[in-house]
Amino acid sequence: MIELREVRKAFNQGRTNEFWAIRGVSLTLEDNRVTVLKGPSGSGKTTLLSMIGCLSRPTEGRILLEGRALSGLPERFLTEVRRRTFGFIFQQFNLIKGLSVLENVMLPAYPIGRPRGALETEASELLERFALGEKARYRVEWLSGGEAQRTAICRALINGPRILVADEPTANLDTRLSRDFMSIVRDLRAVGKTVLLSSHDPEVYDSPFVDRVVQMRDGRVTDC
Amino acid sequence: MPTWLLRQKYLIDFTLSSLLRRRAKNLGLLLVYTLIVFVLGSVMLFTHALRQEAAAVLEGAPEIVLQRLVAGRHDLLPASHLERIGSVRGVQKKEGRLWGYFYDPATRANYTLMVPHDRTIAGGEVVIGAGIARTRGLARGDFYTLRGQDGQPQTLRVADVLGSGSELVSSDLMLVSEDFFRRFFGIAPGLYTDVALTVRNPNEVRKIAEKLTLLLPDTRPILREEILRTYDAVFAWREGIVYVLLVGAVLAFVVFAWDKASGLSAEERREIGILKAIGWETGDVIRMKFWEGALVSLTAFLVGYLAAYVHVYYSDAALFEPVLKGWAVLYPRFQLLPTIDGLQVATLFFFTVFPYTVATIVPIWRAAITDPDAVMR
Repeated sequence: MIELREVRKAFNQGRTNEFWAIRGVSLTLEDNRVTVLKGPSGSGKTTLLSMIGCLSRPTEGRILLEGRALSGLPERFLTEVRRRTFGFIFQQFNLIKGLSVLENVMLPAYPIGRPRGALETEASELLERFALGEKARYRVEWLSGGEAQRTAICRALINGPRILVADEPTANLDTRLSRDFMSIVRDLRAVGKTVLLSSHDPEVYDSPFVDRVVQMRDGRVTDC
Repeated sequence: MPTWLLRQKYLIDFTLSSLLRRRAKNLGLLLVYTLIVFVLGSVMLFTHALRQEAAAVLEGAPEIVLQRLVAGRHDLLPASHLERIGSVRGVQKKEGRLWGYFYDPATRANYTLMVPHDRTIAGGEVVIGAGIARTRGLARGDFYTLRGQDGQPQTLRVADVLGSGSELVSSDLMLVSEDFFRRFFGIAPGLYTDVALTVRNPNEVRKIAEKLTLLLPDTRPILREEILRTYDAVFAWREGIVYVLLVGAVLAFVVFAWDKASGLSAEERREIGILKAIGWETGDVIRMKFWEGALVSLTAFLVGYLAAYVHVYYSDAALFEPVLKGWAVLYPRFQLLPTIDGLQVATLFFFTVFPYTVATIVPIWRAAITDPDAVMR
């Protein structure tokens, strides 16, 4: 369970261009649920997701994971939590060009130092599961949008995280691929994963596989 | 395999693939870097080898050479001096030497004529160095005519050509008999060019030199260690000249390498953001970039130094020969004895590999400590 207590986030704090992207959010996100942060551009969805996923820290307030405060952890421990607990799917997919599909999927596991054979086997199995087995040796820039996203999903799953964080996952996909993605989300929930999405795409927040929609506007939760 | 080692292996693997992905940039850098190490390494190896060679050659030289001075200039030394030297304690052996220079207008080169002590040369014969044989196209059995001090031509038969093993000192050498030498240069019997002294105890060399100065005030003793020091200074000076000439190139490289190594492209910054976002620590990113810098600089160092080694010892340092060997017309051809000075290697390593590695790490550290959420925005 993830708990947010009066979380606030400022950018350029103390400068003339200071901007509060999150203005006091308190929220509890249950395990094994699909939650969507919904709202227009600039409502603070991505900022909130990045704080929940330990990619950044709140300026004020606390974030707790299973009762343990994350916000005060040193960078090293925060990275460890991020690596073991969260898997990220970015809007632009953020795959590393020039590397193969397989290498991209294995990247998050490199700092853990798992034996190569086992890691390759697991990555290949993931790719098979997402119908990318034949493209394992392809360079990522040769992939279509849907394939690139599925590669990003495999990469997010390689360290066996409990929570998947996806920021605007369907922004670069057409309707059919968006629905395919939501089917994958359903399957992930079925195997016990918690999924957090940010989106203003009806294909996402109106999907029958979504358990909860948190409405955001101007850095605040307006409906949950 | 331990986890720590596996992590390093993954980091190196990733680094290698990163290097290959930016092939053009890294190959260009590697090439220039290797070239700089090659040039600096060549100069270092070559001057070091020459010093070693000079030291090896002088090892068999007499500890003290005594020359007579007249009006501050080197003059012939009478045999009576030799007898007086005999009274100095500690002198094991004394030899009056005959040697001089001959200018050959045909080749516009100076030859060194000498009367050897360890071999006998027949009256009408000469033993020549490999350089003279090469330049004049002479071989054993050929005849060679020189014009003596009285203007009369003197013909000698080439009895032998000195081996190339001693070419550093014998390239321009002509060994002749004492009779011929005295006749050729018009030197009366009982006069010598200088005296070579062998000393029983090397620790006494300086003391004996002092005694000789007192005993024979018109002479000056030249010690072997002084000659070695002079050689050292000459080679160091020439080495310095080459370095000064190379300063421009080295500076250009420093600017180029700094720019390449420290300037992170937008693509590289994005990659660092992605790696951090997917779970890499700041330390992992820095280590990865450290390996990148280390791999480039180590490869450049090894390839450059190896190329310098081949250049110096297998192609006679063709690029620097004219500056570092001297200005003689008869360039000696000789195979330098391969030697490597650990301190020199360490110096070159420190001034090439270390700055580059630092140059790569500092900007990465700056990029790596930024929050990874940049990739989300």
